[in-house]
Amino acid sequence: MHIHRFEKIWIGLSLFLIACFIGIVMYGFAVLDLKVPGIEESETVDPLTLHETEFAMPGTRQVGDNKYEVYMVARQFLFMPGTGQPLVLPEGAEVKFHVTSPDVLHGLHLAGTNVNVTVVPGQVSKFTTRFSEPGEYGMICHEYCGPAHHTMEGLIKVVPKSEFDSQYLVDASR
Amino acid sequence: MTFVDRYPNAARVAKANLIVAFAALGIGGLFGTVQALHRTDVFRGFITSVQYYDVLTGHGVLLALVFTTFFLAGIYTWGVTRTLEREPENLTFTWSWFWMMTIGTVMAAVAILGGLVPGSSISAAVLYTFYPPLQGHPLFYIGATLLVVGSWLAGWDWFKSYWSWRAEHPDESIPLQTYMTLFTMLMWYLSSIGIALEMVVLLIPWSLGFVQNIDPILPRTLFWYTGHAIVYFWLLPAYFVWYSILPKLSGGRLFSDALTRIVFIFFLLLSTPIGFHHQYADPEIAIGYKMWAVVATLFIVLPSLITAFTVISSMEHGARQRGGSGYFSWMGALPWNRPAFVGCALAGIMFAAGGFSGIINASLNIDMLIHNTIWVPGHFHLTVGTAVALTFMAVTYWLLPQLTGRELKYNKMALAQPYTWFIGMTLMSNAMHREGLAGVPRRTAEPEYTGFAYEAPFGTMAEMKWQIAIGGVILFVSLVMFFVVIVASWRNGEKSGTIDDYLPPALSGPEQSPKILDNMKLWMGIAILLCILAYTLPLAEMVMDGLFYPGAPPSPV
Repeated sequence: MHIHRFEKIWIGLSLFLIACFIGIVMYGFAVLDLKVPGIEESETVDPLTLHETEFAMPGTRQVGDNKYEVYMVARQFLFMPGTGQPLVLPEGAEVKFHVTSPDVLHGLHLAGTNVNVTVVPGQVSKFTTRFSEPGEYGMICHEYCGPAHHTMEGLIKVVPKSEFDSQYLVDASR
Repeated sequence: MTFVDRYPNAARVAKANLIVAFAALGIGGLFGTVQALHRTDVFRGFITSVQYYDVLTGHGVLLALVFTTFFLAGIYTWGVTRTLEREPENLTFTWSWFWMMTIGTVMAAVAILGGLVPGSSISAAVLYTFYPPLQGHPLFYIGATLLVVGSWLAGWDWFKSYWSWRAEHPDESIPLQTYMTLFTMLMWYLSSIGIALEMVVLLIPWSLGFVQNIDPILPRTLFWYTGHAIVYFWLLPAYFVWYSILPKLSGGRLFSDALTRIVFIFFLLLSTPIGFHHQYADPEIAIGYKMWAVVATLFIVLPSLITAFTVISSMEHGARQRGGSGYFSWMGALPWNRPAFVGCALAGIMFAAGGFSGIINASLNIDMLIHNTIWVPGHFHLTVGTAVALTFMAVTYWLLPQLTGRELKYNKMALAQPYTWFIGMTLMSNAMHREGLAGVPRRTAEPEYTGFAYEAPFGTMAEMKWQIAIGGVILFVSLVMFFVVIVASWRNGEKSGTIDDYLPPALSGPEQSPKILDNMKLWMGIAILLCILAYTLPLAEMVMDGLFYPGAPPSPV
């Protein structure tokens, strides 16, 4: 088979380019710590019996020094917690989210950031993140979930560590 | 003598397919303009924000699924017939797949448009991804299934022609256009199994009420098993045009027959086992499968880069035949006054831009910034919305006279149409990409929120909003121009006996292509193996806990 010399050079450069693209993704993982959903162990949950699980009491729990876990329910057409009252979190802490849905698919995207996850009934979406500065982050449902999808929004408010106290936690032992 | 004189039956079949394709294009395009004005809040008088999702479903289904599939069926019928030099083997069979696809389309369209009729009990605002537990009317699922099954039979028809031809030509290399057709269909047979299983085993019984609850993750995964390959099912007919027709439109010949075949083999192998890149943000797909999707998806950039080389060098050859010279100034010698050429060339330029935004989408952790934002429709309005749609429109200017025996009318309007599309899409798509970076979501009637404001990384939110609205209107104007030209030419074009339908052979022709490239069993076998490797384990995990468990109740829309 005859392949023109220029074409061989072009294919070589193309392969190099593709290797660079793959390298950039790997660099993001290994060095910049850019993680995605699917790293944490997967977990299923029966959407019909969420009231018998941790999701019965959505909110933030402290699980260690500067470590928190947030249980969140996304449902037509609100985030619990997050819609109505903002979800308040401390700056700099390690926060692990557990999110699920009792009805249809939803999404959770903090606008302008790389916190971005699909929420699927029957599955628990888990991801760990850290908010390095105080501020407000808009929460958007980015997966079409029904006629009022465009009203589904929430807010995360990150406050300095000194302003964060137990009023922002739920008592899961109650 | 032209195509319609030699093969009147195939010409009739091709024309019937184009009519359905263009009807879908017209309605879907109108819907797109309504959406562009609604979601930017420039004009919200056509529909309510609830009806927006009915319109959006119609836009996606009619353009991405119906327009593309019917155009493919039309142009592939033309290509197979002319390169094998034989009419369809059995016309009853041929018309039966056409009508099956058409009836399926009408059923799905009734279900979708029913949602716009006040008081109607029929609706299917499920978007073209129809993720359950959102539930549409059963007509939607049954109609869409008929469309897919009809497309399988269309492929069978082309294979039948090929086998008959093969019996008479035992040693010849498969003619190039037939080769591209058959490899597209092999890819489609392998990849559409996912959507077929999803429909027949899960969604149709569920929509009819035989089962109550549904486990959303399994149908979603089956959908994306097919869903990414669908984009190549749209794209490959455009490649067919760029490889086999565009060189001639440029005044030259295809650069290499062998590389064309290799590119189609790449698409057969890699189109399907990469569906997980649509599920990067999903919780239950383990990171290893996502990593595989990154590597395989980025490798599918290779055939597109080879295509860029082959197509551009074929165009350069054409330009030099026409007297062009110099390193870059040969481009000026291309036929920039011929609508079919201009449309294909502009479509190719936009495809390059869309390819690069697609590389961002493919890059797992970078994708998290823009996943499910309006960046994504910004991307695919360059690929399917321009590379494919504009190529289809443009090649119609060249193809229609061969199918009708009538010359094209309104050449100046036909020439202005692709430029208009290009301008409209440049405005709309660049703004969609940039809004996506700010976090503006896709698939929403009202992207503005009460609790927070977006921060635009480039430009201002207001400027982007206006570019989307104005771009959408310009695209509609372009579409109207297309229809004026096509309808006038079809009905009143001057009858001509001298319509040129000759396509020259490649510079490096099939005699230089190794036989192994024509070995369909080998390549199909490898393609099946790659799918088994990519999908067996994750699908097994989803099925093992019960087909419909953990299930959620239906949510009718």
